[in-house]
Amino acid sequence: MTTACDVLIVGGGGAGCSAALHLAQRGQRVILLERGLVGSQASGVNYGGVRQQGRNPAELPIARRSHALWQRMPELVGNDIEFTVTGHLKLARDEAEEAELIAYLDVAREHGLALRMVGRNSLHLDYPWLGPKVVAGSFAAEDGSANPRLLSASLARAARAAGARIEEHTRVTGFAHDGALFRLTAEDGRAFTAPLLLNVAGYWGGAVAAAFGEPVPITPLSPNMAVTEPIPFFIEPNIGVVGGNVYLRQIPRGNVIIGGGHAENNADNDASGRPWARPLPEVTLEALGLAVAIVPSLAGVQVIRSWTGIDGQMPDRIPVIGPSGTTPGLFHAFGFSGHGFQLGPGVGAIMTELMLDGHTDVPLQPFRIGRWQSPA
Amino acid sequence: MKIAVVGAGPAGVRAVETLVAAGHRPVWIDEAPDGGGRIYQRPPPPLGRNAKTLYGFEAQRATALHDTLDAMKPHADWRPDTLVWHVRPGAKRLQTLHRGAQGAVEYDAVLLCTGAMDRVVPVPGWTLPGVTTMGAAQISLKTQGCGIGSRVAFLGSGPLLWLVAYQYAKAGADVVAVLDTTSFATKARAAPGLLRGGATFAKGLYYIGWLRAHGVRIAEGVTPLAIAGDATSGVTGLSWRDAAGRQAQVDCDAIGIGWGLRPEAQLADLAGIPFRFDDTQHNWVPERDIAGRTAVAGHYLAGDGAGIGGAEVAELAGTRAALALLQDAGAAVDIALAARLDRKLAAAWRFRVALERASPYPVHLAAGLPDDAILCRCEGLRVGELRAAAAEDYPAGRAPEMNRAKSFTRTGMGRCQGRVCGAAAAEILAAALGRPVTDIGRLRGQPPVKPIPIAAPAAEAVP
Repeated sequence: MTTACDVLIVGGGGAGCSAALHLAQRGQRVILLERGLVGSQASGVNYGGVRQQGRNPAELPIARRSHALWQRMPELVGNDIEFTVTGHLKLARDEAEEAELIAYLDVAREHGLALRMVGRNSLHLDYPWLGPKVVAGSFAAEDGSANPRLLSASLARAARAAGARIEEHTRVTGFAHDGALFRLTAEDGRAFTAPLLLNVAGYWGGAVAAAFGEPVPITPLSPNMAVTEPIPFFIEPNIGVVGGNVYLRQIPRGNVIIGGGHAENNADNDASGRPWARPLPEVTLEALGLAVAIVPSLAGVQVIRSWTGIDGQMPDRIPVIGPSGTTPGLFHAFGFSGHGFQLGPGVGAIMTELMLDGHTDVPLQPFRIGRWQSPA
Repeated sequence: MKIAVVGAGPAGVRAVETLVAAGHRPVWIDEAPDGGGRIYQRPPPPLGRNAKTLYGFEAQRATALHDTLDAMKPHADWRPDTLVWHVRPGAKRLQTLHRGAQGAVEYDAVLLCTGAMDRVVPVPGWTLPGVTTMGAAQISLKTQGCGIGSRVAFLGSGPLLWLVAYQYAKAGADVVAVLDTTSFATKARAAPGLLRGGATFAKGLYYIGWLRAHGVRIAEGVTPLAIAGDATSGVTGLSWRDAAGRQAQVDCDAIGIGWGLRPEAQLADLAGIPFRFDDTQHNWVPERDIAGRTAVAGHYLAGDGAGIGGAEVAELAGTRAALALLQDAGAAVDIALAARLDRKLAAAWRFRVALERASPYPVHLAAGLPDDAILCRCEGLRVGELRAAAAEDYPAGRAPEMNRAKSFTRTGMGRCQGRVCGAAAAEILAAALGRPVTDIGRLRGQPPVKPIPIAAPAAEAVP
């Protein structure tokens, strides 16, 4: 059975579901194909940081665009995804790290991102629960956090309501383009055709690109996450550090979410055909050690769960976004390198413009898929 | 060859005995300060109650197991008070926690004898102080010589209901009611199969007879309505509807609840051992053959953690799994003994089927809970919040299976990771989706198996 539509999307993460919604809102017949349930990997099991602070400058225009959508979530999808503007406090633990925070202030100013440097004295005055190792901080008032478990599913529901088809449990095994139409074949034999194809398949986006003759140096990335039992609320901002080896935030109900380091995975299909990823105990323990150095009162608090998922990482730590270099009608947005949760909603909107209008206001040159090829 | 045995209950003791006899010195880990498992948990030495008082009919069996336990400790790398909170089947490493200290144990083969815990169904008011699981009520009595209250009601189904009520009454508690949610007719239908159990069946009848003879109020086929009380004074009473539909109630200051047992199989899950839904037990159980071998090489299972069979079966299974482990390692084992154990285990499982049929998990009670009843104690979630996730108009879309419902609603995301509420949650979601419970999957295991504390910062971190 072959189903024809206007746009095919491979991958049901935040970017894919947002694209499905935005494309459907513009009257396109959209079919999104997702191997499992939407939001099962990087978009659904990440830390939940909604952060512009500290990003690669190239990503800031996308992050700005996405930020506007995060603020409009209730009208976009009918619920707020628990998006809370808590501010993001990035900490320095020595002078070198402090110098990095200061250097980033200029980058932020250039892109209209408001940052406030907090010196050692006022930092410990404002946040008396910070440990003595912390020497300075940079505060981004607009940043915050959200519930990753709700994003993709809520976008998918809104997309469905707008007319998109979201086909879960649909693993695509065949990719073809006959010069006019893409033809994707699912494991169960169903086929889908469309003149436009959006590849938002996370780590597996690399395989999709390779299927169309443009392989990229992507590697699987599994951020290691843990969460504590609920304790009285006191950590208001989302906390990061220079270098990113630990990050933590507390949700108002009391649980503290602590990320840092990388878990183990088998992202390429194993014998069972199912990728897996699982947290590593020693990595969890190391992150907890780094966390308690920043917030000493976390000592003795119980960790109740740890988890991870699979994202795709590019060598330069920024995603591939833009049109294919080999196949007209094919567009990519994958390899978000562990920080795509905030970007997802914006990427969906940007890709919609790119695919339907042929252009978008956001500069995408740094993200082009051909950037690893030596100039011909 | 590095062998690790997790658990020192009936299965673990017999497994280690077998391994030691074959010349091995396994690392032997138990979460409790001493072995014996939950069933033969010993009181701290100063309490010094005798085995007959503690274990009744099981005294001889308990004493024999304790003797072997104590005799084996010097022959193993014995590590009590140690929680295994993660296992990496690829690296073959157990992550442990002993009195706040993290550790790791490498193994070539591991035998998981992780036991069972109470299976509960929420009852409106079940989070009030004074409500305890049946197993915990029994342990409190066994190891501390202390009851959960002075006027105690027991509510649930299965052999433990009668046994614990009997033990409480014998210990001098005022047992105000024993309420079985299984109807007499259901039990009568299972009786022919139960007769095969011989002594076990006879013991059950004895407890019931004893309770009746001592004038304890007994009702069968009841539907619990609510536990009364408040947060400060705790439980004050329990109301139910009897088999004829009449409402009844009793005043009490403590209630033991429980509907059979469920395997503590989180380590098996983390080890990547496949699970299947056992229709008879109405539990998800890790898959293994009768000897305890699993699909993951080097990983063996025995005892209640591999499917509820009870202490006698666990002892047989512990020996058998150790033989399987030795056999797979190329050792010469007593083939005749292995075959004999296989036959005994098969016969025991047949009896188990009858026992389960006599006290089936009360699906109707879980699925029929009112929306405002607390479902997940850890997260303070009510039944209606999970049910809502089965509706098309749920804000994040309908949750078609258990883990998605967990994601959306937090069911099973608290301290217990769904060990307590998971069984009931599955019935509630399945009923709300209109699908069989086997279709909606099970909560996936995530480390740590039980909460682990964040260690204090290293000393050098503080200037």
